[in-house]
Amino acid sequence: MVLIRRFEDKCNIAYRQGLVGGYMHVYIGMEATAVGWNAALKPGWDYVITAYRDHAQPLIMGSDPVKVMAEIMGRSGGYSFGKGGSMHIYDIENCFFGGWGIVGGHTPLGAGLAFAAKYRKEDRVTICYLGDGASNAGVFFESLNMAALWDLPVIFIIENNEFAMGTRLEYHAADTQLYKRGEPFGIKSERLDGMDVLQVKADAERIVNWVRENQKPYLVEVMNYRFAGHGAADNDRQLYRTKEEEDENTKRDPIARLEKYLTENNLMTAEKMEAINVEIEERVEAIYEEAVNSPHPEPHEVYAHVYSDMEPEKGH
Amino acid sequence: MPTQELSYRDALRMALVEEIDRDQNVFVMGEDIGRYQGTFRVTEGLFQKYNVEQNDWRIIDTPIVEPGFTGIAIGAAMTGLRPVVEMMTMSFSILALDQIINHAAKIHYMTGGQSTVPMVIRGPGGAAKQLSAQHSHSLEGWYAHCPGLKVVAPATPQDAYSMFKQAVRDDNPVIFTENPGLYTIKGEVTTGPDVLQPFGKAQVLREGKDLSLVAYSRMVHVCLEVADRLAEEGISAEVVDVRSLLPLDTETIYQSVRKTNRAIVVYEDWKSGGFGAEIASRISEDCFDDLDAPVGRVGGLNVPMPYSRVLELECIPNADDVMAAVRKLG
Ligand SMILES: Cc1ncc(C[n+]2csc(CCOP(=O)(O)OP(=O)(O)O)c2C)c(N)n1
Ligand SMILES: [Mg+2]
Repeated sequence: MVLIRRFEDKCNIAYRQGLVGGYMHVYIGMEATAVGWNAALKPGWDYVITAYRDHAQPLIMGSDPVKVMAEIMGRSGGYSFGKGGSMHIYDIENCFFGGWGIVGGHTPLGAGLAFAAKYRKEDRVTICYLGDGASNAGVFFESLNMAALWDLPVIFIIENNEFAMGTRLEYHAADTQLYKRGEPFGIKSERLDGMDVLQVKADAERIVNWVRENQKPYLVEVMNYRFAGHGAADNDRQLYRTKEEEDENTKRDPIARLEKYLTENNLMTAEKMEAINVEIEERVEAIYEEAVNSPHPEPHEVYAHVYSDMEPEKGH
Repeated sequence: MPTQELSYRDALRMALVEEIDRDQNVFVMGEDIGRYQGTFRVTEGLFQKYNVEQNDWRIIDTPIVEPGFTGIAIGAAMTGLRPVVEMMTMSFSILALDQIINHAAKIHYMTGGQSTVPMVIRGPGGAAKQLSAQHSHSLEGWYAHCPGLKVVAPATPQDAYSMFKQAVRDDNPVIFTENPGLYTIKGEVTTGPDVLQPFGKAQVLREGKDLSLVAYSRMVHVCLEVADRLAEEGISAEVVDVRSLLPLDTETIYQSVRKTNRAIVVYEDWKSGGFGAEIASRISEDCFDDLDAPVGRVGGLNVPMPYSRVLELECIPNADDVMAAVRKLG
């Protein structure tokens, strides 16, 4: 969680330095969700897919953080050689399937990954993360129906961080109990906490095991909160939430919470925690240095990867 | 009539406000357009003005469901309401293509004229800055391919204002595309209740005699820059702003070509099969005898928009690319 936090802080700095452009959405405040859930997965075997708030998952799943940051900076050392950017990180080898910019658009793909596992009679589980805003998308309901119809081993995790960009949950969802969206399809559905990493991990293990054994879909609404703006370009948080509300929610900080737990139970000394923090900060500095020194792509690379076996027509 | 300097964005907003005030049937739907003031701030202040102060339901924040709210707007339009639908970016209108093409565009025809669909679908279309492959589409060519829709792409604050008012008053579904690079450009705008720009009229923004540069939306400004550069070399280029794709004013384009005998069509969309190809082919068909050279075309590279700024700039046509095409004409 600390690595994600510091990595995202650094991305914000890089954005302000003009090293990152376009839309960039950080995961600050939500770390416990991805960390807890991914801890229940079999590395290199189970599949993960998410939307554009996608820096954290690859860091957890064993991707090279330099390649992640280089991609965010649009450098040729990135996972997609600078073609994807912050919203489109993919590390297929490590079973991370991105990285998608169209709200809700990736949810059937998540079901499709699970379909493939079932088709091949493999016991892979797929986690498909989506936002509260995305949970209104028609294509998500279509995906739920087919996942239930065909018993696909997919866990849809609605990360309810209370906002879809600048729109508060109650202004976009008729029923704000989003976990109920699985019920009409007979999908087992629960609302769970997403801020207490130990609890998240315990819930995740229970549910991932259930899905693996029963080969059926599951829907979880995870309650978390994004501390930062919607994206790096969102400087107007006061338009949709108050400072008091933010302060209240920062008290739920998953990192501070874990630190408190470790201290109270004498599991780790303050010195040790500080040492870890320092080590991670240095590590993130090194990641940044390496990423920023990766070259920009060469102009001719623009034509590569449009097709797997040919180049498109060239020129203006 | 009053004239004032306005940005493209402010001109649009002013037209929108005037139309909402003029006609109780006009309302606006879209994502984050109300409380959040709109991602590109075109609807800034309007939620406060209408929904809060006037307690009227004119600015409607929707869930992120383009097919759903576009369909709701179409249904409402069939009863005579006049919805203005904002696409946060035109790229997201792809999700609503079924509603727009299978439904809105064909309703008047299928009902034998019993029903009309007086609605506007507007939003930023084209590349902004590093928004990558899923957020940078120029879709006007797709829409202009479809009978039943009208498609406009104004390049100046004046046209943003007067074509928008026209769009709201049109009884057909209108696709109104705004290149994100245009929002901050400024210009003199004549305003007034009936300052309307009828569709299907191109305009000559700069007169010339040696060559016609034909474009719409932001590419018009690229062409104006090229015309400046050519002037320094003693070449006089005429710039034709097409501004309305469907209906298309071929006459103004042809007149220009008949005068200059050379034409280059410039568009940001993927070069292959984009709307510029349609314009070029019309010129070739109808002005063959007037042409001293084949019609030139400059379009966007035929690749998904990459994130890297270096690569993105490769993709979007610029003045150098147009200059190269001019040289090629000889
Ligand atoms: C189809 C589509 N419409 C609109 C957008 C613009 N957009 C990007 S993120 C977002 C909000 C999504 O909120 P949520 O699903 O709750 O995810 P969160 O950002 O909170 O993680 C919107 C409206 C988009 N990317 N795709
Ligand atoms: Mg959200």
